[in-house]
Amino acid sequence: MATERIIETRDLRRTFKAKAGDVEAVAGVTLGVAAGDIFGFLGPNGAGKTTTLRILATLLPPTSGQATVAGFDVARRPDQVRRQIGYVAQSGGSFGGATGREELVIQGRLFDMRKGDAQRRAQEILDALELADAADRPCATYSGGMRRRLNIGIGMVHRPAVLFLDEPTTGLDPQARARLWEEIRRLRESGTSVFLTTHYLEEADALCDQLAIIDHGRIVAEGSPNELKRQVAGDVLTIGVTGDTDRVVLLLRDQPYVREASLQDGLVRLYVDRGEEAVPHVLRLLDGHGMAPQTMSLHRPSLDDVFLKQTGRSLRESAA
Amino acid sequence: MRTLRDTWLIFQRSVTLTLRNPVWLIMGLLQPILYLLLFGPLLKNIASMPGFPPGGAFNVFVPGILVMTALFSSAFVGFGLCEELRGGVVERMRVTPMSRVAMLLGRSLRDVALLLCQAIVLVVLAIPFGLEINGLGLLVAFALLALVGLVMSPLSYTLALILGSEDALAPTINAITLPLLLLSGVMLPMSLAPSWLQTVATFNPLYHAVVASRDLFNGAFGDRDILVGVVMMVVFAIAAVTVGARSFSRAAA
Repeated sequence: MATERIIETRDLRRTFKAKAGDVEAVAGVTLGVAAGDIFGFLGPNGAGKTTTLRILATLLPPTSGQATVAGFDVARRPDQVRRQIGYVAQSGGSFGGATGREELVIQGRLFDMRKGDAQRRAQEILDALELADAADRPCATYSGGMRRRLNIGIGMVHRPAVLFLDEPTTGLDPQARARLWEEIRRLRESGTSVFLTTHYLEEADALCDQLAIIDHGRIVAEGSPNELKRQVAGDVLTIGVTGDTDRVVLLLRDQPYVREASLQDGLVRLYVDRGEEAVPHVLRLLDGHGMAPQTMSLHRPSLDDVFLKQTGRSLRESAA
Repeated sequence: MRTLRDTWLIFQRSVTLTLRNPVWLIMGLLQPILYLLLFGPLLKNIASMPGFPPGGAFNVFVPGILVMTALFSSAFVGFGLCEELRGGVVERMRVTPMSRVAMLLGRSLRDVALLLCQAIVLVVLAIPFGLEINGLGLLVAFALLALVGLVMSPLSYTLALILGSEDALAPTINAITLPLLLLSGVMLPMSLAPSWLQTVATFNPLYHAVVASRDLFNGAFGDRDILVGVVMMVVFAIAAVTVGARSFSRAAA
């Protein structure tokens, strides 16, 4: 049974004019997001994540290409798209001088809710996000985590089908981040599709059902976090041996379960399909040749390895 | 209809937020009071000079000060929008079905309401100084002031939306308001100026607003200047509101 796609783009492009020449921030993005998923857009700063997000949120027209959100074309029916989406920018969206309650109520009213309904909905959100105590204080007095929760709450007032989150946990401490992850998962449970951008590997890995890795305006890889990590050279088994390390490399390279074997910094580095199964084989093999490893470590592939493979750069190093 | 409802919502919100932080309001009141107290008395002697319009020093001076207050009060509202832009408020509102005209008008009407409050305070304070008022003239004059606000406020917001930050906004607004002020006859009536300067002033809608206000305060209702002033300000106000509403629709920088 094919899952309905809540977001679909085809060769989406956006060029900005600049003095030094045109910049193609989004260079042909084609993707699909299944309804009910948490979809992540992972990439370094400047990759085109935010620009793509803004096009989908109808804030920017695409230069060319097509995008459909919740069944409506973003260029032709932006007004209809806006009723179906919530958008939480990096800059937030709430005004410091207003109270949390005021921001939630006016958002509801701007979406045609009657005063009473908007107030009830505001209270519902305040309770769900544990902001009820702070509701009538100016939101400039909220902590970073509270403010983020409020901003997401504002995006959710009208119960949209899709929530767009631009770097939702940037600048938050680990506790607030974990808290927000829980919140986002809860949104998915209630049926909202979430499209988020991030440059945090752990976040993409832990939170997202599907990912697209973007670099310089192009998608370089897509799939679930596990699928992506498996695409790379597999698990990494690092072995420290004394003696003839070259011989060890040659020996292991010929093994069927080893994809690649190399020597790095005096350590033998193996890329294997299933590290946990390879370890006993490797141990038996080395033992049979009279060698015993001194150290051995198994390292699961990370999304950084995926990025590294596709672009030749480490995402961690690119994150400024 | 949607525009009216949304305008009212934004107007209410804007007034609430301003009252919560009335710094600008108080500062806006202080300036004309200082002009009244510290500059007004100087005019008593100039009033007898040839070329000075009729009506007595204060009846010439105060209408000008009212227009000046309206000008400065509404020209700098863009700064408040810069803060909202930084906080992502404008963007957030753009991803709602709300009327783009309401985004502008709700704020500008708040600005107009504030400047009218300042005008009322000023007029009340000026009466013991010798200002003479007449009911009808005062009402029409206040309508003119509202129109000044409806020209400058949208313009200020448009500049804020284009320029984005306070650093660029301050010099730009100053560069516009200073010649408008100097060529409007607020401080000293343009009738004292050489003819070439008077000609240049006729291109300034505020000049006509000031002239019309003076006539209104003096009960000279038959004067054609009043009609010219009102019509001109209405035209400019419609243009300013149109441009302003459009700026709110376009993508933020």
